[in-house]
Amino acid sequence: MEAGYTQEDLALRDEIRDFLANEFPADLRDKQLRGAPLSREDIVNWHKLLCTRGWTGIHWPVEYGGTGWTQMQRHIFQTEMAAAGAPPLLAFNIKMIGPVLYKYGSEEQKRRFLPGTLSLDIWWCQGYSEPGAGSDLAALQTRAVRDGDEYIVNGQKTWTTLAQYADWMFCLVRTDPDAARPQQGISFLLIDMNSPGIEVRPITTLDGSAPVNDVFLTDVRVPVANRIGEENQGWTCAKALLGNERTGIAQVAASKHELARLKRVASGISVPGGETLMQQDDFARRVAEVEVDLLGLEYSELRVLAAGADNPGPASSYLKIVGSGITQRLTELFVEAAGYHALPLAADAGDNIYPSWLDFAGRSAPKYFDTRKVSIFGGSNEIQRNIIAKAVLGL
Amino acid sequence: MDFSYSEEQKLLQDSIVRFLDDQYDIESRRALINSDLGFSDAHWSQFAELGLLGVAFDAEDGGFGYGSVGLMLVMEAFGRALVIEPYWSTVAFAGGALRQDTRSERRADLIGRISSGELKVASAYSEESGRYHLSHVTTGAEEASGGWRLSGRKSVVLNAGSADLLIVSARSSGGADDRDGITLFLVDRDAAGLSLQEYRTVDGFRAAEITLENVEVGADAVLGEVGGGMAILDQAEVWGILGLGAEASGVMERAYQLTVEYTKERKQFGVPISSFQVLQHRMVDMFIETEQTKSLVLMLALALQSGENQAQAASALKIQVGKAGRHIGQQAIQLHGGMGMTDEMAIGHYFKRLTAANQILGDAAHHLKHYYER
Repeated sequence: MEAGYTQEDLALRDEIRDFLANEFPADLRDKQLRGAPLSREDIVNWHKLLCTRGWTGIHWPVEYGGTGWTQMQRHIFQTEMAAAGAPPLLAFNIKMIGPVLYKYGSEEQKRRFLPGTLSLDIWWCQGYSEPGAGSDLAALQTRAVRDGDEYIVNGQKTWTTLAQYADWMFCLVRTDPDAARPQQGISFLLIDMNSPGIEVRPITTLDGSAPVNDVFLTDVRVPVANRIGEENQGWTCAKALLGNERTGIAQVAASKHELARLKRVASGISVPGGETLMQQDDFARRVAEVEVDLLGLEYSELRVLAAGADNPGPASSYLKIVGSGITQRLTELFVEAAGYHALPLAADAGDNIYPSWLDFAGRSAPKYFDTRKVSIFGGSNEIQRNIIAKAVLGL
Repeated sequence: MDFSYSEEQKLLQDSIVRFLDDQYDIESRRALINSDLGFSDAHWSQFAELGLLGVAFDAEDGGFGYGSVGLMLVMEAFGRALVIEPYWSTVAFAGGALRQDTRSERRADLIGRISSGELKVASAYSEESGRYHLSHVTTGAEEASGGWRLSGRKSVVLNAGSADLLIVSARSSGGADDRDGITLFLVDRDAAGLSLQEYRTVDGFRAAEITLENVEVGADAVLGEVGGGMAILDQAEVWGILGLGAEASGVMERAYQLTVEYTKERKQFGVPISSFQVLQHRMVDMFIETEQTKSLVLMLALALQSGENQAQAASALKIQVGKAGRHIGQQAIQLHGGMGMTDEMAIGHYFKRLTAANQILGDAAHHLKHYYER
């Protein structure tokens, strides 16, 4: 047993560090530091910059333009990116649809979609959840009826993140409503977001932003050639993709970054009596509790990675439960650190009411509100516990 | 021992509930939040007609004599409906300060005008670096030509923009964190030299940063003793916590009820999700936390009646509001799933109010830290 990276891993780590230190654009770095929203252009430009280094297909085999990295190398990349405060790669493209395309797509589909998916010339969004199909995804109702070489699709998708930016949507539709089990009778379609009959409506969320959308599909015509895999066999692709969605959901590196920021912020807050907030026992204790949990999570993730399994299976459920809890508790502590300065709505008050030591305060409550979603999306934490109960405990 | 409401109190409660059922829903509340004023003047007049503005004050001061129990009863109902009017600022906190005014004529005048709906009062007790310590006061008060001159800044003054009158804590002597040497002043909101930067708060209320630049007030603007303002602030804080705690208990109750209703309607895997035992137990815990909160509200209301052990009872309630509010708010969103994340659903607004309640007059950590000093 030994901890530590191989020489090769260390060389890669240094290369990534150098790149981030020298080529991570200052304006983007600044936006990320301030927690300011990124434009589509910001994300695309950053993605393309990484693409020039060949570092976008981090889950992908070399033959499709990927890095061919081991899980450990991918972990190193993600850790360095998060530590530098760099925006992560667009998960819909890299983690979700990419692997489905190269595993289940036809040669024609791979040729047509993979390069643009890798370079972000095609921006994908995920057409999974529906108003009646959240945790119970297989209950989805969006209907696709065959008409010659096309399907006619009708229905509604919801919680579609960044659909307003997307060129294409990978979408689960019901092609056989009479199948014996709901999981049968589902097909996996690629839908051009410019198709007639698609309407994207933003959903305003608790933090006042609208990064998620309802997507309404009315008589949308989709070529049969845009179906991945066999008709009624889409659930196989759907599940493979969900497994990928959960890896990395532990967010260890991002949480480390936030923890460091929290300590920095709390060390700059003076409390009547002469101490800083970070010097106060009760606050420090709660920060330490999160840090200990985060260390445990980091090594849990490393254990999974070191085991080298292609699909971490139920372990990803455990990583998600712990990771989402830590992400949420960190946002609670930022609100606590802000005190009553968490109350002003930053959109009204502007940053000018805050002196520099309080700069974080205006974003603390919205972030706390918004972060409630991490224990809901990607399969709620209740569903993750069901998976562990069944798959690990054998209940 | 009898903890039930009297006939009179029940009638008052019924009239509030009827009014709120008729007038308050999440959509009209949303419209009020986004209006210029941020709430409804018409509602305020109706509060006056229903006797809600004078409910907690003594009859001899022009109030209706229901005392702390009256405040509890009104604010609990307001919490259930997420009432957005600046009732707490005027009646609970400022009222808690003004009822201690030893100048009986002025006291009756101010309380009478509050009760009739003519006067709204906000309290500028917090400063940038005060971190919930009301004794941290750097805003200066200098004696000048028979009166006082005030200069400094006040932070996150709740509902200051719509107030006619401000209670401002200022330092007439001593160091920034001394309990002695703080004097309270009654200052017109539109006094020369006083400026406000108003904003909405994350839970839809209004607050402001206030700058005082050589604001001149007369000697008669002093509330209580010169240098003795902290005693009044301490007591106002207890009234403030009672109001906030009672409101929070109403918010909690409605939050768990909305969650129960939602889980009974929401079907996944072919059944209502309320049929899952793991969710049932969560909702039972939300109910228990609500009941515990109500009990500590009652304890504080009775402590204010008897005058015993008020400060510690207030801290106990505020700890519970912080702890239970966070738990109930988070679980309410979790059990609503994605729908809980939308601005459209009422539950998110309950969650936000519970979050804000912890950030006003000391969070749970603050009160736990100082509990045994009380």
